[in-house]
Amino acid sequence: MTTFIQDHLSDLWILATASLVAISCALVGVFLILRRQSLMGDAISHSVLLGIVLAFMLSGTRDLPVLLGGAVLIGLVTAWLSDSLHKVGNLQKDAGIGIVFTLFFAIGVILISLYAGQIDLDQECVLYGEIAFVPFDTIIWGDMENGIDLGPRAFWSIAIVFALVLASIWIAFGRLQTVSFHPSLAASLGINVLFWHYFLMTLVSLTTVASFDAVGAILVVALLVIPAASAYLLAKSLKNMLWLAALYAEVAVLTGYALAVWLDSSISASIAVCAGLLLFLTVVGLQIHKLRLQKRAVKTLA
Amino acid sequence: MKNTPLSPAPVAVRNLNMRYHHKPVLTDVSFEIPAGKTVAIVGPNGAGKSTLLKGMMGLLPLMEGEVRFFGEPLAQKRLVTAYVPQREEVDWDFPIDVMDVVLMGRHGQLRLWQRPSREDIAIAEQALKDLHMWEFRDRQISQLSGGQQQRVFLARALAQQASLYLMDEPFAGVDVATEKAIIELFKQLKAQGKTIVCVHHDLNTVGEYFDWILFVNARLVAAGPVKEVLTQENLHKTYGGRLSLLNELTEAMYRSRLNQAHEHD
Repeated sequence: MTTFIQDHLSDLWILATASLVAISCALVGVFLILRRQSLMGDAISHSVLLGIVLAFMLSGTRDLPVLLGGAVLIGLVTAWLSDSLHKVGNLQKDAGIGIVFTLFFAIGVILISLYAGQIDLDQECVLYGEIAFVPFDTIIWGDMENGIDLGPRAFWSIAIVFALVLASIWIAFGRLQTVSFHPSLAASLGINVLFWHYFLMTLVSLTTVASFDAVGAILVVALLVIPAASAYLLAKSLKNMLWLAALYAEVAVLTGYALAVWLDSSISASIAVCAGLLLFLTVVGLQIHKLRLQKRAVKTLA
Repeated sequence: MKNTPLSPAPVAVRNLNMRYHHKPVLTDVSFEIPAGKTVAIVGPNGAGKSTLLKGMMGLLPLMEGEVRFFGEPLAQKRLVTAYVPQREEVDWDFPIDVMDVVLMGRHGQLRLWQRPSREDIAIAEQALKDLHMWEFRDRQISQLSGGQQQRVFLARALAQQASLYLMDEPFAGVDVATEKAIIELFKQLKAQGKTIVCVHHDLNTVGEYFDWILFVNARLVAAGPVKEVLTQENLHKTYGGRLSLLNELTEAMYRSRLNQAHEHD
């Protein structure tokens, strides 16, 4: 009986963590899609690996603030360096991004393999994540023997970041909307466009780091881009798009989890596949809707 | 006269130089615009008209020169300077409705965390009504015609309640109704002593819609009241050989405008 409850509990922790990861990514992803920067999301999610490894090597701890700090720093450097390559080096924007993040990611991978013995970071885990292991790494309040188990570390990391993302969007909604819609117009109103650009890059870095344990560097891109892209197809306003993206993300988590249990496969991969399927269904649905409208228009004409 | 010579000009540009990829686009441009006028920036494609406007608004870097708004740098006068970007530079698929775009005109006045007040919304409503777009307030901007889209952006500028309006080709590709609405708007703004500066490419209407012209082709060719500067000579200097095919047309145009101007006297 106790084992049944424990099984159930870990399922709940996994679902809760996955939901927060997916929704945080979706909300940040909305702004990436609208600003046509989804490649930048891809880049930052990879290069923060270097930030995590460096922060870990320098400090020797896996404390959340240290890892977040390292990741944000490298995330911002990625954004700045790829922009500089574009401006100073006259390279195309996407080429600049592609060069910087693959370089940073590769350095991160080398560092992990070099110091594999000393570092409690596993390449597989960083690349793919393993949300099924999330419930085993918990935060314990007090001493090991009779402290209180507060729940998985990964859950609390993403919970804090989720709160930050939500608060940022809530408070700065108007600014974010104007900056995303028309940067020149925003600048003409005296809004510091560059600040908001790096602010968004910071949110992307924070979100990807906190999502690492759960989904890894590769699949986090799927969560950043796909639910927001699906929402973009349907949304009539920014508020609308944020809600829709969160909804798409949550549905992907629930169906993905069910799929993973059914197939006994990777949870994070199943979630990504479901997010993709939902996008596909949305595109097909919109096409059918369009054809119907055309038919109706022809009928009324006839 | 409302404006004594002592009050600083709405726009004063001195020795402005701009480059694009190391190539000079604008060289040594200097002018002053008087208050309460409608001013057209005219010149051939690639002459640097939009660049001039963007340079003035601080959206593109200046190599050299100084731009003053009412005697002060732009940073001090941002909110009294409303900018209307070119229609092609707007992402019309962006998920946003008409009302929210117009409310952006109020954003400069709001603090980071503030939402538009009832007064802001009333101002936006009036701006939409002035441009006959009130019934479209809930439409997503992608579902509007080109002219309607232009009117939404003009309403946004109007809602900013600025004293100076800088517009990048507001008449480009709009329908007759919108053209009329823009001219109405010009009259309304001028009656309030406000100044309008537009990039304009249609020589056939420039004399009719504007009081002042800046002829631009990589440098300032001429600047002044329509009656004084809309001359064959200035047109030639600005458009050079490019206008040779259109010579007769422009001459006819020029004569008819001149006649019209005389009739108004």
